Amino acid sequence: MVSVQDPPVTSPRPRRANPVLALLRNSWRQLTSMRTALILLFLLAVAAIPGSVLPQRGVNIDDVDRYFVEHPDLAPVLDRLGMFEVFASVWFSAIYLLLFTSLVGCVVPRLAEHWRAIRSAPPKAPSRLDRLPQHATIAQAIGGAEEIGAALRKRRWRVAVRGDTVSAEKGYLKETGNLLFHFALLAVIVGVGYGSSYGWHGNRLLVAGTETAFCNTLQQFDEYGLGPRVDAADLPRFCLELTDFNAEFLPTGQPSSFRATVRVDNGAPRGFSVNSPLRLDGANVYLLGHGYAPMIRYTDRYGQAQTAIAPFLTVDGMLTSEGVAAFPDANIDPKAGSARDPNAQVAFEGLYLPTAPDQPPYTRSVYPEERSPALMLWAYRGNLGLDAGIPGSVYRLDQRQVDNGRLKRVGEATLLRVGERMTLDDGSSVEFLGTREYATLSIRYDPGEKIALGGAAIGLLGLMLSLTGKRRRVFFRVTTGGSSLVEAGGLPRTDYSGFAEEFKQTVEAVERANEEGSVKR
Amino acid sequence: MSALSDQLLVVAILSYLAAMVCHAAEYAFGNRSHIGRAASRPARELVAVGFGSSAVKVDEPPADDMPAAPSGRDRAALAGRAAVVVTALAALVHLGTLVTRGIAAERMPWGNMYEFVLSVTFVGSAAWLVVLSQRPAIRHLGLFVATAMVVLLGIAGMVLYTEVAPLVPALKSTWFVVHVSAAVLSSGIFLLGFVPAAMFLIRSGYDRGKRSFPYSLGRRVPEAAALDRLTFRLHAFAFPIWTFGALIAGPIWAEAAWGRYWGWDPKEVWAFISWIVYAGYLHARATPSVKRTTATWIAVIGWLTMLMNLFGVNIFFTGLHSYGGL
Repeated sequence: MVSVQDPPVTSPRPRRANPVLALLRNSWRQLTSMRTALILLFLLAVAAIPGSVLPQRGVNIDDVDRYFVEHPDLAPVLDRLGMFEVFASVWFSAIYLLLFTSLVGCVVPRLAEHWRAIRSAPPKAPSRLDRLPQHATIAQAIGGAEEIGAALRKRRWRVAVRGDTVSAEKGYLKETGNLLFHFALLAVIVGVGYGSSYGWHGNRLLVAGTETAFCNTLQQFDEYGLGPRVDAADLPRFCLELTDFNAEFLPTGQPSSFRATVRVDNGAPRGFSVNSPLRLDGANVYLLGHGYAPMIRYTDRYGQAQTAIAPFLTVDGMLTSEGVAAFPDANIDPKAGSARDPNAQVAFEGLYLPTAPDQPPYTRSVYPEERSPALMLWAYRGNLGLDAGIPGSVYRLDQRQVDNGRLKRVGEATLLRVGERMTLDDGSSVEFLGTREYATLSIRYDPGEKIALGGAAIGLLGLMLSLTGKRRRVFFRVTTGGSSLVEAGGLPRTDYSGFAEEFKQTVEAVERANEEGSVKR
Repeated sequence: MSALSDQLLVVAILSYLAAMVCHAAEYAFGNRSHIGRAASRPARELVAVGFGSSAVKVDEPPADDMPAAPSGRDRAALAGRAAVVVTALAALVHLGTLVTRGIAAERMPWGNMYEFVLSVTFVGSAAWLVVLSQRPAIRHLGLFVATAMVVLLGIAGMVLYTEVAPLVPALKSTWFVVHVSAAVLSSGIFLLGFVPAAMFLIRSGYDRGKRSFPYSLGRRVPEAAALDRLTFRLHAFAFPIWTFGALIAGPIWAEAAWGRYWGWDPKEVWAFISWIVYAGYLHARATPSVKRTTATWIAVIGWLTMLMNLFGVNIFFTGLHSYGGL
């Protein structure tokens, strides 16, 4: 493939070219060759494989963390190679950037060439038409070259009449489709890049109720990611309150439908479900999952009551859920002041069963709906380790505090039904008030997706044109002289097994059209 | 209805097995069959190869020899024709398996891996019958088609079998029908395209004088040029459908369901890999400087990536596409 950027090699005497230029030119030619493109395509496919074999940060960060724990020696090495972010890694990017450079270097000259081909007339007929793959002679007297040309034009051939010869070509759409496909791929890449620069997403666990409503600011997301061109202030302002969550299950426990109802900015309630997200102006809200948040009221030894609404994480399909309700401000002597007592903080580890089995052990829920809800609680007292400044999970106790004895288990695990209360050894008590439902939401915006979709659709159109189109030429020569004889030849320029048939029909049509024409005259 | 579907599957497998036996009989008895003789005429082949794209008539000449065939060959041809009829019957029963399964589940029968494999193999089988009706000369490939059917349906029935169950909420979408049907259709045609691709490699190895095991099969398959063209046609037909199903309809649905149109889920990664490999095949096939055997090897690798996506990803990886029911 010849590049457009090359200086034209005109000098007939081979003067020694600038070696740097020569190297550049040769590298460019290498890069834009089909062979290189095929190798790059193959490399791209191979490079994608680790992205499916190894856990990826962009897909599931918890799996990556687990991999680090399981393979403490191997994981850091793989990490340095970018194996946990394959699709953002330098080497993956290098392959596709080279591939796209190669693509541009290949299709831009082809575009110019195709443009010229469309604007120029079909080439001159070869001198010996009988050497072409298809050949025919018409022995009877038919019209001249102009008449043949007219008949071909009627059959949508592009025609050039030169004296006694007619050249005609068809199937330009094949190359048009081919170029369209490759330029559409560029549009897809632009769309993907634009989306990742200007898009953003955040995840949030939203518990039903007014006081647990959420507003679209970074601080209120559990986890978020902003594109490099997005500022926190760019996020659209809106607030969401989960007013209802409806999950339906089959008798086997398999879910059959999920539907969340939210109030947006105190407006009318709007419902959305798994396959139909809530589309807001500049943001889309997707329903990812749901679960239960037990409400736990703890009354401390001074009689101060606090209520925690603690979302529990589901651990199985029957919605057995685990979580923690922490009361760091418990047991503060109202007379002594308002400082936290680091040794009298309280937390409960809980196991929630929406439908507890009839018999112990109470370890697994038997149905995902709340038919017989029960909450198993383990009480802990001591230092929760929240003031240490180390980020920890809100769904789990800080195991280090338990291991070093600063946080101690109090009493036995107790199963509470809704409204039941358990009293601890220091006279404080805990009560299970009931549950609220929560939904896990993903709030996202990707301005590039329409560009990418448009590119993909146009690309598909181009692909089909390019795969079904057939470029072919036919030539006619009217032999002047004693006998009026017309010779025809056909040349398929691409793999086209039906060409013989089409050639025959074309010749017959030309014959017929000109017979009729001569009758009229 | 579900039990009926299961019984029909057994009938379908047995029918494909019977077709396989008939095809094998044709192989065994018709060692001088018309295809075999066509293969032993090097002159014609040179013509076909020399003109490359314009050699359109290679499929037809063998048919001319049919009436003059002696009785031994007749018996073999009879077995071959019987094989086609049995394959058609098997495909009907196969369709019955799918329809009864769909009725039992009250939805399209594409909800889990068992049903998916059942659908893909049906598309492959139906496409085979369509292609066969256009080019009767490739009947000998039927042995490999029938074998592939028996193996894949056997795996489906024994390993992947899942009880009928309604769809999970994530699959309740219009795009379920669009995305999965396009994936099933293109996978089925790629599956069928793999057969002439593999046969082309065997045949061209045979033509180069290799006589060891896989190449020895090349004696009785159609000519290399015809196989190569058929391979290209099938892949060129399936590729846009795959593009639409996996890389357009899939992302549109993923945007609505998961909030992003592409997220490098293992299934997506392998769909991408298959697309890249098949795109490589089409480019290599269209480039004169690349050898046809090299190009065809790429198509074979493409089918391996499809198999990896169907079995490997469902079994070894967990991701958002974990609907296999395993």
